[in-house]
Amino acid sequence: MADLAIRNLVKRYDKTEVLHGISLDVEDGEFVVFVGPSGCGKSTTLRLIAGLEDATSGEIVIGGRVVNNLEPKDRDIAMVFQNYAIYPHMTVRKNIGFGLRTSKMSKADKDARIDEVAGILGMTDLLARKPSQLSGGQRQRVAIGRAMVRDPAVFLFDEPLSNLDAQLRTQMRLEIKKLHQRVGNTIIFVTHDQVEAMTMADRIVIMKDGHIQQVGTPAEVYHKPANTFVARFIGAPSMNMLSGTVAQGGLRLGSGEVLDLRLDAADGYPVTVGVRPEDLHPGDGPALVRGPVTVREPLGHETLIYVGAEGQEVIAKADGRTPPEVGEEVTLTAALDTLHVFDAATGNALR
Amino acid sequence: MSIAEEIRPTTDALLKTDAPKKPTNMGQILRWMLLFLGGVAMVMPIAYMISTSLKWPHEVYNLKLIPDEPHIENYTYVLEDGRFYWWFVNSMIIAVITTVCNVIFDSLVGYTLCKFRFPGRYIIFIAILSTLMIPTEMLVIPWYLMSQQFGWLDTYWGIMFPGLMTAFGTFLMKQFFETVPDDFIEAARIDGLNELQIWWTVAMPLVKPALAALAIFVFLGNWTAFIWPLIVTNSVEMYTLPVGLSSFGDEADVAWELIMTGAAISTIPTLIVFLIFQRYIIQGVVMAGLKG
Ligand SMILES: Nc1ncnc2c1ncn2[C@@H]1O[C@H](COP(=O)(O)OP(=O)(O)OP(=O)(O)O)[C@@H](O)[C@H]1O
Ligand SMILES: [Mg+2]
Repeated sequence: MADLAIRNLVKRYDKTEVLHGISLDVEDGEFVVFVGPSGCGKSTTLRLIAGLEDATSGEIVIGGRVVNNLEPKDRDIAMVFQNYAIYPHMTVRKNIGFGLRTSKMSKADKDARIDEVAGILGMTDLLARKPSQLSGGQRQRVAIGRAMVRDPAVFLFDEPLSNLDAQLRTQMRLEIKKLHQRVGNTIIFVTHDQVEAMTMADRIVIMKDGHIQQVGTPAEVYHKPANTFVARFIGAPSMNMLSGTVAQGGLRLGSGEVLDLRLDAADGYPVTVGVRPEDLHPGDGPALVRGPVTVREPLGHETLIYVGAEGQEVIAKADGRTPPEVGEEVTLTAALDTLHVFDAATGNALR
Repeated sequence: MSIAEEIRPTTDALLKTDAPKKPTNMGQILRWMLLFLGGVAMVMPIAYMISTSLKWPHEVYNLKLIPDEPHIENYTYVLEDGRFYWWFVNSMIIAVITTVCNVIFDSLVGYTLCKFRFPGRYIIFIAILSTLMIPTEMLVIPWYLMSQQFGWLDTYWGIMFPGLMTAFGTFLMKQFFETVPDDFIEAARIDGLNELQIWWTVAMPLVKPALAALAIFVFLGNWTAFIWPLIVTNSVEMYTLPVGLSSFGDEADVAWELIMTGAAISTIPTLIVFLIFQRYIIQGVVMAGLKG
């Protein structure tokens, strides 16, 4: 086990730079999830850590050792790939044992280790099978088992659940988390699914276009998004964004309402006000949005309502029993302390 | 026959899917006729080979398919002639060694060209491919001169060296290695295997069907090779089977019945090779089908 640090990591393919100097510290035993839209450089970062690609500049430190010039096998890491990368011509036992091929353990020790790992993953009965005789979830477990046998300092997962169906995904999510609690190794997990990120991570790293946008615990990135990108990316449905300006020591919204929010900015300064759908609801209080309900999505205990206002549509939550009718004019409000204010020009959080 | 058994379900299935509701229609009849003609064209030479091997010399130029008095004297003659064994063994040694070398070298080079990025990779690939455009007939004289200089004439090495690697095999293997996901290779790299181990334990087993096809091509090609072995060998003991068989008879008369007898016997190893490897080929086709 060991901690991991990335310092000013840059990766360039020919002329295009895909990572623009990212830095991150991961503590020993931490479960860190990289999340971001497709093409933002998550896999590239992981591959650099694994040593499958060379960094253009910057440093990667695992367990206090700069590993930039080490071969993947000498970095004390193991990686689980999106499409499992388990070998179809080998049995499950061989596949799991593959990670031990080059180890100096005795045959008996290796077998014992394979059995132990198979036991943890609940695959003892499947050891003699070939991958073609396994279900998707079982194949995924084999891939994880293969990474586990070597007991690496750092586990790297690249979207390991994206090939599974929704139910199995939820189940494997839980299993991986339990596994982490049990074995305690440092884990770097890549996904583009924000629910996966929120549910599994000790800390989330949100990336976009080769930059880290924010690093924080799930609660931090949810409640204190650093910018509009993070605010929209985390949480479903996405945060509503309303435009406004600084006015008379408060904030004037498009709806005309002036909110009692003090900001350190000149009058007329343009801002974006973010409010999560779960915080926005019909009722009395400061009127953030006024408009007709266009669509209702009943979820049982509550109903999502889409409200059209000023050429944009916002999503709010209404009571599940007596939601407003479609076409009905509603006034949406939210508690002031649930509002997020961003600089309209840069998108960075102001409050 | 196991080939027939293996193939029949497939052809049946093909015909079935295309079969129209009406039992007869022109398209169907035409198709059957074409298939039949194709079949006859394939079988006739073999039928004549076997028929000729059962004839007496005076009957050979008579085109009857059924010999008047079929007999197996030719077979006993050929099999009792010591030279035939020599040639058979020569051909076997050469075909087997060449096949093994091709399977290893072609796939090593194909794998390297496919999975490694290095400067000049593309040029090397094009250079290898371009050798496919040079016909053997053009190369025979340089090969001969080279063999003469190095003292390779009339040796196994002399017969084998031009074919130990082929551009075609390299190309075939490169194309097949494209189907091996890079993740497989990278996973093995992380697990600490060196590049040669990865090639052997991960990549090679995954392209078995291609290796089998390559083995069949190379084996058959070398088993039946004629021009180069004819040129490079001088002594009767160094002849390969095709060269040796063609030498049956004398200046005045070619002993066709003996040549055909030898040819009939020499098809046996090719059949065996095919039977061994065709399983993998069919497997490969099935696997490719399931993937998509
Ligand atoms: N070998 C390469 N050569 C050139 N560009 C590359 C190469 N590999 C990746 N890129 C580029 O680097 C950027 C980041 O790719 P990366 O695979 O890290 O994205 P990702 O965040 O993992 O996306 P996804 O969620 O789709 O897997 C992309 O724009 C991609 O086009
Ligand atoms: Mg990726």
